[in-house]
Amino acid sequence: MSVESVFPQLEALLPLVTKPVQYVGGELNAVSKPWESVAVHWALMYPDAYEVGVPNQGVQILYEVLNEHPDALAERTYAVWPDLEKLMREHGVPQFSVDAHRPVGAFDLLGMSFSTELGYTNMLTALDLAGVPLHARDRDESHPVVVAGGHAAFNPEAIADFIDAAVLGDGEQAVLAITEIVRDWKAEGRPGGREELLLRLARTGGVYVPSFYDVDYLPDGRIQRVAPNRPGVPWRVSKHTVMDLDEWPYPKAPLVPLAESVHERMSVEIFRGCTRGCRFCQAGMITRPVRERSARTIAEMVDNGLAKTGYEEVGLLSLSSADHSEIAVIAKGLADRYEGTETGLSLPSTRVDAFNIELANELTRNGRRSGLTFAPEGGSERMRKVINKMVTEEDLIRTVATAYGNGWRQVKLYFMCGLPTETDDDVLQIAELASRVIETGRQVSGTKDIRCTVSIGGFVPKPHTPFQWAAQLDHATTDARLRKLRDAIRADRKYGKSIGFRYHDGKPGIVEGLLSRGDRRVGAVIEQVWRDGARFDGWSEHFSFDAWMAAAATAFADGPVDVDWFTTREREQNEVLPWDHLDSGLDKDWLWEDWQDALAEVDVEDCRWTPCYDCGVCDQMGTEIQIGPTGVTLLGMPALPQRGEGLVVAAASVATAVDPVEA
Amino acid sequence: MARQAPVRDVAPTVQRLRLRYAKRGRLRFTSTRDFQRALERALRRTGVPMAYSQGFNPHPRISYTNAAPTGTASEAEYVELAVTSVLDPEAVRAALDAALPPGLDVLEVVEVRAPDFAERLQASVWVIELPEVTAEVAGRAVAAFLAADTVHVQRLTKGGMRTFDAREPVLRLEVRSDAPAAEGAGGAPCAILDLVVRHVTPSVRPDDVLAALRLVADLVPPVPSRVTRLAQGPLVADASVGAAMDAVADPLAPDRS
Repeated sequence: MSVESVFPQLEALLPLVTKPVQYVGGELNAVSKPWESVAVHWALMYPDAYEVGVPNQGVQILYEVLNEHPDALAERTYAVWPDLEKLMREHGVPQFSVDAHRPVGAFDLLGMSFSTELGYTNMLTALDLAGVPLHARDRDESHPVVVAGGHAAFNPEAIADFIDAAVLGDGEQAVLAITEIVRDWKAEGRPGGREELLLRLARTGGVYVPSFYDVDYLPDGRIQRVAPNRPGVPWRVSKHTVMDLDEWPYPKAPLVPLAESVHERMSVEIFRGCTRGCRFCQAGMITRPVRERSARTIAEMVDNGLAKTGYEEVGLLSLSSADHSEIAVIAKGLADRYEGTETGLSLPSTRVDAFNIELANELTRNGRRSGLTFAPEGGSERMRKVINKMVTEEDLIRTVATAYGNGWRQVKLYFMCGLPTETDDDVLQIAELASRVIETGRQVSGTKDIRCTVSIGGFVPKPHTPFQWAAQLDHATTDARLRKLRDAIRADRKYGKSIGFRYHDGKPGIVEGLLSRGDRRVGAVIEQVWRDGARFDGWSEHFSFDAWMAAAATAFADGPVDVDWFTTREREQNEVLPWDHLDSGLDKDWLWEDWQDALAEVDVEDCRWTPCYDCGVCDQMGTEIQIGPTGVTLLGMPALPQRGEGLVVAAASVATAVDPVEA
Repeated sequence: MARQAPVRDVAPTVQRLRLRYAKRGRLRFTSTRDFQRALERALRRTGVPMAYSQGFNPHPRISYTNAAPTGTASEAEYVELAVTSVLDPEAVRAALDAALPPGLDVLEVVEVRAPDFAERLQASVWVIELPEVTAEVAGRAVAAFLAADTVHVQRLTKGGMRTFDAREPVLRLEVRSDAPAAEGAGGAPCAILDLVVRHVTPSVRPDDVLAALRLVADLVPPVPSRVTRLAQGPLVADASVGAAMDAVADPLAPDRS
C-alpha cells in the first residue's frame, strides 16, 4: 500500500495560518525513508506546538534510533494550532507528519511523548484529525497502536481509555523491542488481530496495556484492586533502564528546525537519573539510578553535534548537571577547546553552592555574565528539610555573594508554594531571603546595579514520589499566599525595587494534579473538556479552568469522587494508588518511610556519595549507580578543523583582491 | 554604572561577499528571521571565517537587504557577508548551497567591488499565479486598476495600520496571454500576472496589489495566490517595453566589472 503525501492539500491552507513554516518540515538532519522500504512505521508525536516539541530530546533520540533500524521508519508530528485545525476539518486534511507529510492514521504505531499531563487534550485533537477512534476499544487493525511514553506515562490511568499501551522509562531499547514484535506479527499475517499484537507486547512485562487490567472500586470511591484479565499478562509492569549511555550517544545528528523554537541550542545529556532525593521531584525518583555519560563521549557528542548543526550554544543537560563526577574536567576541557570559536556553553540545571559558580565562570570566560539560576525550592529552612533540599540560608547567601562578586548581575531563585506542612510564614521568608541576597550582593559588588528575581509556582504532588500521598493545596489558598509574598516584597522600601517577582497562579496546578494522580474515571473529564473545546492547556492564553471544572462536574456527577477528592485529599498508607501496578523500581514502603521522614523534617543523604538507603531501584531492577571518574581527559580529541578550510583563495590569486573596507 | 564590554581581539574584515539566493517551494514559508538563523548555522557548519562584531554578544557581520515577505517565493534575495580571509566566491557558493536545505538555494556569490548596493535595488519583478481565476476575469481587474490614479489600501505594519497608495509605484501589471489554459488537476484555469513595482516606503508588495484588485474590481481569488519575486535591481531606461523580466538590470553587475 502506498501512502501519499497530503502536502498539496495542506499547502493551500498554509497562507491562511500563523507561522506556516512550523508545518512544512525541512529541518536539517531530518530523515525521510521510503514508505515501502520498511515493515514498521512509527509516527512520533510531541503533543504541543512545534516550537515546543521540536527540540524535545526524547523524541529526537527515538526518531534517530528508529530510523537507523533497517525494518523501521519514524516521522514526527506535532499539535496544530486551532487556526489550522479548523481549516483541516473544513478541507478534510488529516493529521500529518512534518517529515513526508504522511497521514498519521496510516502508520503502524503512534508514539506520544508526555512530559506533562497538560498535553492530553492535544492528543485527542491529533487522534481525531487522524481519523483514529478516540477510544482504544473502538480501533481495529487498520488503526495505529497508540503508545504513551515520557514521565507522565508512569501514571497513564487518566488516558487509559485513549491509549493502547504505555512504556515506562528509557525508550531507546523499548521502541526497538516493540518494532520487532510488530514486524514479526505483520510478517506472520497479523494472527489474532489487534488483540494478539497487544498480548504479545504485554507479555514482555515491559509494555503496559490498560485494557488487559480491570480496576475495581470500593463504594467510597477508592480503588479496591487492579488485576490482569488475560493469561500471561503480568501483575506489574516494569520500567526500562538504559544502563550504558556511552553505547547510546543519541541524538547523533540533532534536528535543526527552520522555525524558531523554545531552545535555540544543542543539548547533550551528560547523565540520567538523580539521587539528590528531593521529595517533590518525580523526575529524580523515576529516573534512578544515576548513569553518567563519560567525559570523552560527552566531548565527542558536543564536537559532532556542533559540526552537524551549526548551533552556537551547547547545553549540558541533566537533572543536576554540576553533580557529574567529572564535571570540572568536562567544563574546563570544553571551554579550552572552543575558546575563540564563538561557541557558548551552559549548565542549565544547577545546585546552590560555590563550586557551581566556578563552573559557570569557566563556561563564560569570554562571554557575558548575565544571570545565574538557583532552585532552593522551599522558602524556609524548615521547608527545605521537609522536601530534602538541603540548602541552609547561610549556604545560599554565601553562594549568591560569590556570584555577584564574580561579576554576575542577576540571580534567579526558584521556589514552590503549597508544599506539605507549609504555612504562610514559610513562604513569607522568601521575601526576607531575597532582601538579604540584594543586601549582600550590593556589598560585595559595590554597585546597586544587581537584581534578584523570585520565581514561584504551585506544587503538584506526583505519583512515584514520597509526596504521592500528600494533599495538594487548593488554588485559593495558593493564590492568597502568593499575594502575601508579593505584598511583602513590594513593601520592602530598601531592596524591593531590586527584586523581581514572577508567579504562576494555582488553578492550572489543580488540573495538572487531577490528571497526574487521576485514575481511569478522569478520562471522561478529559474527553468532555476536549469536546467543549479545550486545547493547548499548557498555554495560559488557551487554558480555561472553568471549562475543566464544568467538564469535571458533568463527568463526576453520578460518582463518589470529585476534583477535590483527587487533588486536595491526603491518602492513607494502605490505599491502592492508581499506579501501584506500574513499577518504577521504588519500593512503596521506602516511599512511605520517606514521606514520614518528610513530616518529621528528617533529611536523607545523596546515595551517589553515601551508602545505599534501599529506595529499591537498584535491587529490584538489577541496576546500579554508574559514576566516574574514568580518568579520561579531553586531550586525546582530534583538533578542530580550521575555519575556511577549502574555501580560501590560493596565495597566488589573493593579490587580485581589492582593499577591504573596514567594518 | 554601566558595565564595559570586554575588549576582544577579533580578526578584521578582509573581504566582503555578496550573494543571491532563492527561496523556493515549501521553504517560501520561511520568514526573514528563519532564513537568518539557517544561514548563520550553515556558515558555522561550512567553516566560513566570518568577521564578528565587538561587544557582549558578538554576532557575525551579515547584512540583509529587502527580503521578500513570508509566504512568497523568490529567485532574487541578496545578502552580504564580511569575512576574515580572502575566499573563493564560487567555493563559498557551493559550500553554502550544500549546507542549506533544498529550497534555500545559493545561486551566485561575487566579491564586493562597488558600494551602495541597497540603492541599486530600485524595483522588483513579481509573478503572481491566481489558481481558479480565468485570464479574462483577471484582465478586467487589472484594467480597472491601471485606469485608476490612486488605489489606497491598508496593511498592518510594525508601526500599526497604515494606509497608502498601491497604484503609483506599480510600473507594469499585465495578465500573461500565453499562459497554459489548464493548470493543475481538472483543467482549472490559472491567471498569471506579471508585476513590476518601484521600491518605495512603505513598500508596496504583491499582496497590496491583490488587495487593490479586490477594491477596484472585487477580485477575490477562491484559493490563495502563489507569488514569486523573479528579480530586483536598477530600473532600465524604458521599463515599460519588452518583457517584464527585463524591466530591471542585474544589481550585481557593478561588482563583476
